[in-house]
Amino acid sequence: MKRVQFSSPYLPYLFLAPQMAIIFVFFYWPSVQAIQSSFYLEDPFGFGSTFVGLSNYSDALGSAQYQAIARFTVVFTALVTFLSLGIGMLLAVKADAVLKGSAAYKTLLIWVYAIAPPVAGLMGMMFFDQHIGPLVKFAALFGWDMKVGLNYNDTAIAMIIVSVWKQIPYNFIFILSGLQSIPASVREAAAIDCRSGTRRFWTMTLPLLAPTAFFLLVINMTYALFDTFGVIDVMVKDKAANNPITLVYKVYMDGFRGNDLGGSSAQSVILMIVVFVLTIFQFRFIERRVHYN
Amino acid sequence: MFKPLSLAGFALAFSASASMAATNITWWHGMAGRNGEVINEVAQKFNAAQSACALTPVSKGTYEEALASGIAAFRSGEQPNILQVFDAGAATIINAPGAVIPAEDLITGAGHTFDREAFIEGVRYFYAAPDGKFVGMPFNSSAPIMYVNTEALEKAGVEAPKTWEEFEAIAPKLKEAGYLPLVQSQLTWQFTENFFSRNNIQFATNNNGYDSVTDTKINMTDPNLVMMFTKLKAWADEGYFGYFGAGWNDNQKLFEDGKAAFWIGSSGSFGGLQKTAQKPFTAAFLPYWQGIEGAGTNSFIGGAALFAMSGKSDEENKCTADFFQFLTSPEIQKFYHQATGYVAITKAAYELTKSEGYYEKTPVAEVGIQQLMLPSGDWSKGYRLGFYPQIREIMEREYGRIFAGETSVEDAMKTIETEANDLLARFAKTAG
Repeated sequence: MKRVQFSSPYLPYLFLAPQMAIIFVFFYWPSVQAIQSSFYLEDPFGFGSTFVGLSNYSDALGSAQYQAIARFTVVFTALVTFLSLGIGMLLAVKADAVLKGSAAYKTLLIWVYAIAPPVAGLMGMMFFDQHIGPLVKFAALFGWDMKVGLNYNDTAIAMIIVSVWKQIPYNFIFILSGLQSIPASVREAAAIDCRSGTRRFWTMTLPLLAPTAFFLLVINMTYALFDTFGVIDVMVKDKAANNPITLVYKVYMDGFRGNDLGGSSAQSVILMIVVFVLTIFQFRFIERRVHYN
Repeated sequence: MFKPLSLAGFALAFSASASMAATNITWWHGMAGRNGEVINEVAQKFNAAQSACALTPVSKGTYEEALASGIAAFRSGEQPNILQVFDAGAATIINAPGAVIPAEDLITGAGHTFDREAFIEGVRYFYAAPDGKFVGMPFNSSAPIMYVNTEALEKAGVEAPKTWEEFEAIAPKLKEAGYLPLVQSQLTWQFTENFFSRNNIQFATNNNGYDSVTDTKINMTDPNLVMMFTKLKAWADEGYFGYFGAGWNDNQKLFEDGKAAFWIGSSGSFGGLQKTAQKPFTAAFLPYWQGIEGAGTNSFIGGAALFAMSGKSDEENKCTADFFQFLTSPEIQKFYHQATGYVAITKAAYELTKSEGYYEKTPVAEVGIQQLMLPSGDWSKGYRLGFYPQIREIMEREYGRIFAGETSVEDAMKTIETEANDLLARFAKTAG
């Protein structure tokens, strides 16, 4: 690697400063504030706050409701990540093999990504509407009386479908470009050695895709944990009631709707820790098995 | 090099606003659609009526978002002069003394007179201090009323019920005639808060929470409330009642399409329903239980009130006071009442609207106000409970579980009571 020489030792810091300032203002500062207020019980208008130690944390973690939401979040994140990665990969591998009109296929598959999450949520809501939803009518053909908004499991299924649908194109783009970076010589050599396409996928394509797939795994988990907020908000129509929600939505409900700043801050710190642990785990244990060139 | 230029620009901007010589005040609200437009019209009327003050309304999204923005702004010293706060958020703002100037103090301080008796019964207490002093200025008030599909009544050969006992008796006939007898749109507001008020039952200790935040306990396991929800569940099982989730419109739709015979909605739904309902409709009071002693009292104000935020200059506060005074004038109340369907909050405005024959043309518009003007009882004036938006979320969750068959009514009420009492105790700590 080439070493860049600066005439002044301070110059690099100067160049770095704008980026650091942004990170400080938009990430570190709010995080410190959240950690601080998670130890206090505060009146919404900020007239007085009482130090309560860890009781905001114990209140949250000890509540059966919070535990139920946490369990749903785990299931939701696992399913959304697995399904959107799996389907995205399947479509990419198949689209990569198409010879005629591949541009049209690819455009159609990428298209969905241009939809903003709340709009996706809105479309999903209409597809699953109790009274007019075409997917509800379709389910009724099989004797499934789908009640999105009333039945916990039905709503969960609808949420997962919409969230997955929204994320597939993103995975598709990355995996497709990953596939195209596999040299033709390697593919041909593999084709000569092995006739089974499925086996070639597991032994040759997937290992070579591993860096892309690992990156996508991290991105998809964060997507399922945080970015599905818009989808959930629109699908529960502002009233969570007995519908499933994720931990992030609970933070929003308690903090912004309920004005319980201490409790909501404690929950967001818990989430911060979860993401921190998850990231370390991914880099320590999964990335070891990924081979970059 | 930049300095003189920007200073000149600043001076220009300053002189431009100074030349208007009006004191600017802002009003943050949580209304959208037609109701948001009407707010702009009210502000225009105020600005046209005088020249000393210029009022700018700003929509902040929903009720919840308006309250959250107002709180965030207050904490950073950027609060608006006027903030609209909805019913469930009333305890949050009223229990933060120092955040607002009581409307009554503001108005009398500006040299106007203030007469509590001028307001109709149902709106007098909800946004007031325990001694009756108005803290918030009631603005858009509504009552839960029952909309009636007249065609369904004719087909089934029945009358609109006044009590739930009467409803129970006619429900089978309505079902036979091919209708879903009953739908509602908000179990918390219509079948909990207003159930306590309409049937004159205590909702919480400490005088429904009005007297103090300390040790306030909610009365969700009240046998009558349990009975109401047991009935609702039984009616749902027999096809007399339809529950379509916590969303307001999913439930209203059945009535709009003419499939339901009765719909418990808001008096403020009237304007929209006129456009969307496919069958002719009338309205009646929210039914009560004949069997409960002392039932049949008035319901209390729903909707939202305007609060004058503290930390503003005297000139601006004077303008806010003038605007509040303007808002209660019979002409403006009449305009707002007719444009939105929210009830008129002063007796004078009600009389004016009545004398002009508005209710003869549109009798439905009078139902809400008449229900608010019914005789009151000890427990009919609403509640003041902290963290109430979250308590409502707990109720919505458990009520949903009742109708999904995941829990019994007794267990659901016990869960709500326990979790709500925890929240109330928590709120007492923040306010204490």
